[in-house]
Amino acid sequence: MYTVGASAALEHQGRRRRCFGLNIPDAEAGADVVISRLTGAMVLVACALGAAVPAPAQDASAGKAIPAAAASPADDGNWVMPGKDYASTRYSAQDEINTGNVRDLQVAFTFSTGVERGHEAPPLVVGGTMYIVTPYPNRLFALDLTKPGAPLKWSFDPKPAASAQGVACCDYVNRGPAFADGRLFINTLDGQTIAVAAETGRELWRTQLGDINKGETITMAPLVVKGKVLVGNSGGEFGVRGWLTALDAGTGTIAWKAYSTGPDADVLIGPDYKPFYDKEKGKDLGVTSWPPDAWTIGGGTVWGWISYDPELNLIYHGTANPGPWNPEQRPGDNKWTGGIFARNPDTGQARWFYQVVPHDLYDHDAINELLLLDLPVNGAMRKTVVRPERNGYLYVLDRATGEVLSADPYAAINSSTGVDLKTGELAMVEAKAPKLGKVVRDICPTAPGAKDWNPSAFSPRTGLIYIPHMNLCMDWQSSEANYIAGTPYVGAEVRMFAGPGGHRGELSAWDPVKRAKAWSVKEDFPLWSGALTTAGDLLFYGTMEGWFKALDARTGEELWRFKTGSGIIGQPIAYRGPDGHEYVAVLSGVGGWAGAVVVGNLDPRDATAAKGFATAVADLKTKTTKGGMLYVFALPQRR
Amino acid sequence: MSSPCRSAVSLAALAVLTVAACDREEREPRGAPVGDSGPAAITQGTLYAGQPSPPGPSHREYEGNAYHISQGKQLYVWFNCGTCHANGGGDIGPPLMDDQWIYGGTLENIHATILQGRPNGMPSFRGKIPEQQVWEIAAYVRSLSGQTPKAASPGRSDSLNAKPDEQRMPREEPKGSSPGGPNLEGRQ
Repeated sequence: MYTVGASAALEHQGRRRRCFGLNIPDAEAGADVVISRLTGAMVLVACALGAAVPAPAQDASAGKAIPAAAASPADDGNWVMPGKDYASTRYSAQDEINTGNVRDLQVAFTFSTGVERGHEAPPLVVGGTMYIVTPYPNRLFALDLTKPGAPLKWSFDPKPAASAQGVACCDYVNRGPAFADGRLFINTLDGQTIAVAAETGRELWRTQLGDINKGETITMAPLVVKGKVLVGNSGGEFGVRGWLTALDAGTGTIAWKAYSTGPDADVLIGPDYKPFYDKEKGKDLGVTSWPPDAWTIGGGTVWGWISYDPELNLIYHGTANPGPWNPEQRPGDNKWTGGIFARNPDTGQARWFYQVVPHDLYDHDAINELLLLDLPVNGAMRKTVVRPERNGYLYVLDRATGEVLSADPYAAINSSTGVDLKTGELAMVEAKAPKLGKVVRDICPTAPGAKDWNPSAFSPRTGLIYIPHMNLCMDWQSSEANYIAGTPYVGAEVRMFAGPGGHRGELSAWDPVKRAKAWSVKEDFPLWSGALTTAGDLLFYGTMEGWFKALDARTGEELWRFKTGSGIIGQPIAYRGPDGHEYVAVLSGVGGWAGAVVVGNLDPRDATAAKGFATAVADLKTKTTKGGMLYVFALPQRR
Repeated sequence: MSSPCRSAVSLAALAVLTVAACDREEREPRGAPVGDSGPAAITQGTLYAGQPSPPGPSHREYEGNAYHISQGKQLYVWFNCGTCHANGGGDIGPPLMDDQWIYGGTLENIHATILQGRPNGMPSFRGKIPEQQVWEIAAYVRSLSGQTPKAASPGRSDSLNAKPDEQRMPREEPKGSSPGGPNLEGRQ
């Protein structure tokens, strides 16, 4: 299918290009398009076929992955949750902007957020209004899309505690609001969930969930499922105890709360719990897999993404790294950190759990996005949950049972050798394991992983998952961490540097059926923005220098780029405006862990600044500056 | 004092050096009497009403002294200063090895910042760290940007060799954006 897609692209816009993948010329300077897993013979066949047009097959018989049907309803032109749908596809069915005309894309309007820190959130669009939440101080803006220039309709200032900035590990970010039933829900850095009326911006309720004096913050985007707002805490670098809670969307009262450590009763493990692997079975493992009482400050926060399958009535969420980073201070598997839970959204009761990184060695939070896809595995269609993990493997799990169907490396890895599918165990490389009193050098991937929180996108048209990720390695020295509430609890010094090849970022298009990369594009800086794909067969993402790019989703060829005012670490979206036309929107504003060197004005002479990230991107200070700005793009005809 | 000090008294010039070296190791086990180190002793801006106030009580004995700075370096790790400010390059908290001081870069400013906390995330350690140790940490913090005498600054680290040792750090000159800096209290 890639050969067909590639050949179609070769004909596209009449551009003359050589047919051999590695020689496809590149419109941009610096980016390097690599068609991998395409043999020369396959390309030759594609050339011979000429202008074959790929059929946008939606059926499984084509051997393609498709989104879980119940979790991915038809696109109504809105964008009501960060993942676009419960399957977390980040796919828009809008196709007005496509490979043929994207070169004409231009700015329709902009909006300054007035906030300098890292903008990781996507805008939401509901019925002619766009909603934006900023990093701390977590202001919420509503823009009226029905009027020229999209003027401000209302704004809401939650006024969170300023001291919360001191317990946010990785910049004061916020990963987005959620919309449901006329209400908007936001989380604040100081640990509150707040509901406001979408029409007026009037506050409806607020619930204090976290305590900054324990190091708790909230940065994740809530997800609303069956009238409940799902919220989890951050603070895995502060010795907090991780949890996910469900709030009544109407009142803000807590319906249930599931901790990631401690006794089964606190973790909401009961009769419904049926994990696939024996290693996840046993009584109170959240206590017994830790040194005495270490689970009370053991991390396992829930600051990442949640997906929901209405058909199975299960939500899926990850748990973050155990604390402290120094693994020798917490012998044991450290349940239930570093894994994936499936839970009943009504009760919170766990259905299954799979620990991706038992006794995590490297701060490998298992909180990345979870794509709900149905795809053929060994000839049979399986309901799966797919996730590019921080440890460098792309996992495909049976989402009904938690069985690992495959785990393939998508980035450079030398700290582990693979996953045993029978036992679910990850085989680690002893020589790369942290040891107190020793500097362990050249560990790949790094603490932020082959890929951090920034979500990938899936196109049912190409069957590909578009993964924005990194290519970094690190040196690590463990130290003894002291627990002082409200201060970091880490116990490791790290410095990072570019991985094999010297590039620091990469956008990989992954075929989950063939279990291989279709193509990838190298980037100079680590990718910290989310990805968006559309029915126009386009892939959008941003770079930390500030380029917003559109690529041909089938070939990886860059078709358009625009330089925004600051580095991009936000999540792009596409929507149909009140005028019936397609728009693409993204927040620019560098920051996050990767951009801390810029927003914190850190001194990269110290290789351990920003937990070792600052030195790896020290030159970012010469490429961009901070400042939040919304950019919305459209085709020019209606202006 | 130590015997090398007594043996080297022949040349006046050498004697001066030796006395300096003795000061380098001088210890006050219980700490010097503490003057006013509260709000009245520091300023956080560079604007005065009328004439500048005279400088508050000085605690320079801490930053000219290798023992105190060395203790400060250890305490900087033990009290988790380093998990927020890294080895001076900054992380959650701002860098401490550059030429900018948000809340003032004098020993007294840093002491006050540690005890009082600051509104944008610096926690208060009031009642958590003994007074003398706060001064030691403050002195070490000044060594990160080369503000302490090289003879007294630490020359090696036990941790990842992440940056030049404090002894080899170039002296950063605080700029006008650093309240309580050299212009204010005449410390340079």
